Amino acid sequence: MMSKTNQPTLQGISSNKTKLRISAIFIIIVGFYLFTSIKTESSLLDLWSGKNGFINIAKSLFPPHWSYASTVMPQLIETLHMAIIATTVAALISIPISLLSAANLFPNPFIHLPVRFIMNVLRTIPDILLALIFVGIFGVGVFPGIMALIIFSLGLLAKLLYETIESIDMNPIEAIRASGGNTMQVIAYAVIPQVLPQFVSFGLYVFEVNVRASLVLGFVGAGGIGLLLNQQVSWANYPNVMTIIIIIFISVVIIDYISNKIRERLI
Amino acid sequence: MTEFTLPPKQKKTPWQKMRPYVIGIILLAIYIWTFTSIEIRWSRVFSQHTIESLTRVIPQLFSPDWSAFGKVMGLMWETLLMAYTGTLMAAILAIPFGFFAARNMVKNKFLNTASKWALNAIRAFPELVLALMFVAAVGPRPFAGVIAIAIGSIGMLGKLYSEVIESIDMNVVEALEANGANKIQVLFYGIIPQIIPEFLSYAIYRFEIDVRASTILGIIGAGGIGTLITIATTNRNWSEVGLILLVIIVVVTLIDIISAQIRKRLV
Repeated sequence: MMSKTNQPTLQGISSNKTKLRISAIFIIIVGFYLFTSIKTESSLLDLWSGKNGFINIAKSLFPPHWSYASTVMPQLIETLHMAIIATTVAALISIPISLLSAANLFPNPFIHLPVRFIMNVLRTIPDILLALIFVGIFGVGVFPGIMALIIFSLGLLAKLLYETIESIDMNPIEAIRASGGNTMQVIAYAVIPQVLPQFVSFGLYVFEVNVRASLVLGFVGAGGIGLLLNQQVSWANYPNVMTIIIIIFISVVIIDYISNKIRERLI
Repeated sequence: MTEFTLPPKQKKTPWQKMRPYVIGIILLAIYIWTFTSIEIRWSRVFSQHTIESLTRVIPQLFSPDWSAFGKVMGLMWETLLMAYTGTLMAAILAIPFGFFAARNMVKNKFLNTASKWALNAIRAFPELVLALMFVAAVGPRPFAGVIAIAIGSIGMLGKLYSEVIESIDMNVVEALEANGANKIQVLFYGIIPQIIPEFLSYAIYRFEIDVRASTILGIIGAGGIGTLITIATTNRNWSEVGLILLVIIVVVTLIDIISAQIRKRLV
């Protein structure tokens, strides 16, 4: 006769309920993936069957056509100039906007909530869509591109900045208020000294973002290197395309590197 | 009256004294270079034509053409599917990159640096540039956009993953190893439980970015709502552009809110 052996039932680290839930979520994620990959015709099978296209393009990209670089450089510089102007203007405009949307400076919700709302909306509009609209208004050129970059980076910069302002040390502000300082003096002597390093750092970060964004604005006629890239791809002139890609790559890497080094030293 | 003697000021090296001036001069030089060489045709920007288009475009943008709602929502759905497929592909494909780039997992300096460089290289290119190449390779269909999103996202996700893996508690891993667990057991019981919430959170965050990115991929023919944007802007059908803008703003905001809620619960 066998007595019940006192064997403890081995349990995993998670309970059965959690396991069930995790499995359900997993099945939903994978199931939806199967659905989307069929809908968009982009499963791994499609990747396999489309491999010849990739191989052909990759082959025709080499060797890059180096003499084309002299045509690309002026466009690259124009792209950088667009990013510099847009970042500067956006940084200047973002100062009053971020101050207005900081709840610790303007506790009245009728001031900071609407400003934040507008900035949130601005951030959801893709920059290239803004560029398309501005090209429609101002015609082809660098101006619509710069406008699009300004509006897009304004939303980003204002958000980063007001979050920083809200996290500052409030004691200096109260001290200045207590000794009779008005809002302007509070901003000048208590807020700005505390947020200036972050402000410069965010400015540099937004500059990096703007450089990447301005590379593609030319696709819709808003100036910069994108125009050449789009043109050369549609003419299937792949050695030239490779030259542009390499130039873009090197300049983005250099700019990111310099900007990162400066930002590391700032904060 | 007693005289207060301030503590002696710290001696500044000549470089520290000079630094603000050097930075100022460099910045000034960059701005002079920018503003003298950028070509904005102001006569074109402030022309009669611009005023006419302003008065025509802006009111139309704010009176969305609701008759196109079904068409726009259909393409927005496709955009979301593209973003989902691309993000999930990247979320999975980025895992090996993350492990190879993490110094505590793969103890091989060469592999670490190589995968870090590969991830950095991917991040140097905007999605739209990648999409342009993939459209050339596989033709103008959503597949090109999905691949562009997947490749573009690997850069960021791989980097974030590697940082998560590097920050895990290695004591757990060592304890498991000391108890005689093999590599697979260490992976499943020591590493994966620690990294899953962060991995998921980053993948969902990347999905937000990819939704924004995929709304514009159609501009160069890579599927999604961007296709409609190009058609509407070339036909100067601004009220339809207005509707598309509205749909993008609402959908992107909704997804941001949902994703933020999910991520809050995860980590």
